[in-house]
Amino acid sequence: MVRRYLRLLGIQLKASGLLALQYRADFFTEGLTSLFWTFTALAPLFVVYGERPVVEGWGFGEALLVVGWFTLLQGILEGAINPSLTGVVEHIRKGTLDFVLLKPADAQFLVSTQRFLPWRAFNVLTGLGLFVYAFAQLGRGPSLPGLLSSVLLLCTSTLLLYSLWILTVSAAFFVVRVDNLTHLFTSIFDFARWPSSVFQGVAKGALTLVFTYVIPLALMTTFPAEAMLGRLAPASLVGAVVGSVAFAWVARRVWLRSIGHYTSASS
Amino acid sequence: MSVRNTLRAMPTLLRVGFAEAVAYRAEMLIWVLSTTMPLVNMVLWMAVARGAPVGRFGQADFVGYFLATFAVRQLTSSWAAWLINWEVRQGTLAMRLLRPISPLWAYAAENVAGFPMRLIVAVPVMVLSVVLVGDKALPQQAWQWAFFVLAVLGGWAISFLANVTIGALSFFLGSSQKVMEVWLVLYFVCSGYMYPVELLPPTLRTVIDWLPFRYQIGLPVELMTGAHGWREALWLLGAQWAWVALLGVLMVVVWKQGVKRFAAFGG
Repeated sequence: MVRRYLRLLGIQLKASGLLALQYRADFFTEGLTSLFWTFTALAPLFVVYGERPVVEGWGFGEALLVVGWFTLLQGILEGAINPSLTGVVEHIRKGTLDFVLLKPADAQFLVSTQRFLPWRAFNVLTGLGLFVYAFAQLGRGPSLPGLLSSVLLLCTSTLLLYSLWILTVSAAFFVVRVDNLTHLFTSIFDFARWPSSVFQGVAKGALTLVFTYVIPLALMTTFPAEAMLGRLAPASLVGAVVGSVAFAWVARRVWLRSIGHYTSASS
Repeated sequence: MSVRNTLRAMPTLLRVGFAEAVAYRAEMLIWVLSTTMPLVNMVLWMAVARGAPVGRFGQADFVGYFLATFAVRQLTSSWAAWLINWEVRQGTLAMRLLRPISPLWAYAAENVAGFPMRLIVAVPVMVLSVVLVGDKALPQQAWQWAFFVLAVLGGWAISFLANVTIGALSFFLGSSQKVMEVWLVLYFVCSGYMYPVELLPPTLRTVIDWLPFRYQIGLPVELMTGAHGWREALWLLGAQWAWVALLGVLMVVVWKQGVKRFAAFGG
């Protein structure tokens, strides 16, 4: 069973890879635009830290780590999650999802792996570059346990991001025009650019609660950055793992229900 | 394609555009909701200003500034570049070209017709701003109101003309979406959308004063919050409208040359 799915994943990856190789020039344009966007993400950071050395307990180098995580996750989002799930919306609108549902493999797996944009991985490289620069600014390196737990958190963040997307796409079964919802999602993801404690001052910390528990943005960028700095409490680490697994489970339930509601658009 | 014909067609074009805006109101609402970036930045700058004001900005000033930014963005945005790119690729532009009125007027009319719907979003935000910040959030004198309205119109004109110019580049490049992305990045960094341009170092400010971006968002916002005396405001408005004129000429040249090269694919 697992082997069959791994082989399937390999085939889908290969197809996307071949497609990407056809448009090699994209590598450079992707790279350039990704650098450009990273610069926009950094511009306010430079302006802010030109004014104050520390904001809500985060220095420049530390906040830079959060931006690094944001950029890295954006690469994963745009390269691996976004393209295939936009494909689902297209399927739902055209009524071609039937063909996917008829195939003898799990539908969620099939739609989630149908398309990758490998060149978008450039963002991941940019993110890694930011980590190096940030630690150079801080004048020290990450500790080994910190590094390990941040790798673990990378997995949970990806899982969370993916689950959030599954939830967004499940909404497409009911409202159909969901490509705008995806924009909404990316813009909410913008909040993850900043350490979550920055939002403490608003509405008596309600925003921080929302971004930790409802839309778990804090878990995705602030927690890994804190782990790298070696100041994340072990309880938070356990909480992040348990929380993201629970979240993924809920997303899976919602997806199955939505599939149940699906009636083909064309027939 | 006489002036009279164009004028006679205008009311109809506007009516059609308005009907379209009403028909896609849910979509529009989602678009509006996805411009949350001013809110992210507002919260961030409030955190920065918590201890002491930044320049002339205290916490309340930042609230006023960024809510104004949100409202102004709603009123001055244009999406003609994507539309033109899409229509050139699909070949549907051929249909527009067959009509006895330039497509440029149609694009402008569609844009302007969205204004009433956008006001529905912008006005409550302005009201909220008055509630939170007090009188400072709105212009105090009649001339300030007049200047503000002029600045919003100018800001819209710059976005629209730049959008069409870049959109028309797709006649030469096949697709000009990447160019538009670069423009957008510069716009985010230089327009005062993420931080008041005043907070930048003087050399950078001089550069930004010469670029068009600040006149799209920054100037209307500054006039709304009463940041300038009338002499300076007049000077800045002059610069803004000089850009409108320049981009107008550029747009006509690029569009005319481009349409000559256009051969409808499909269509």
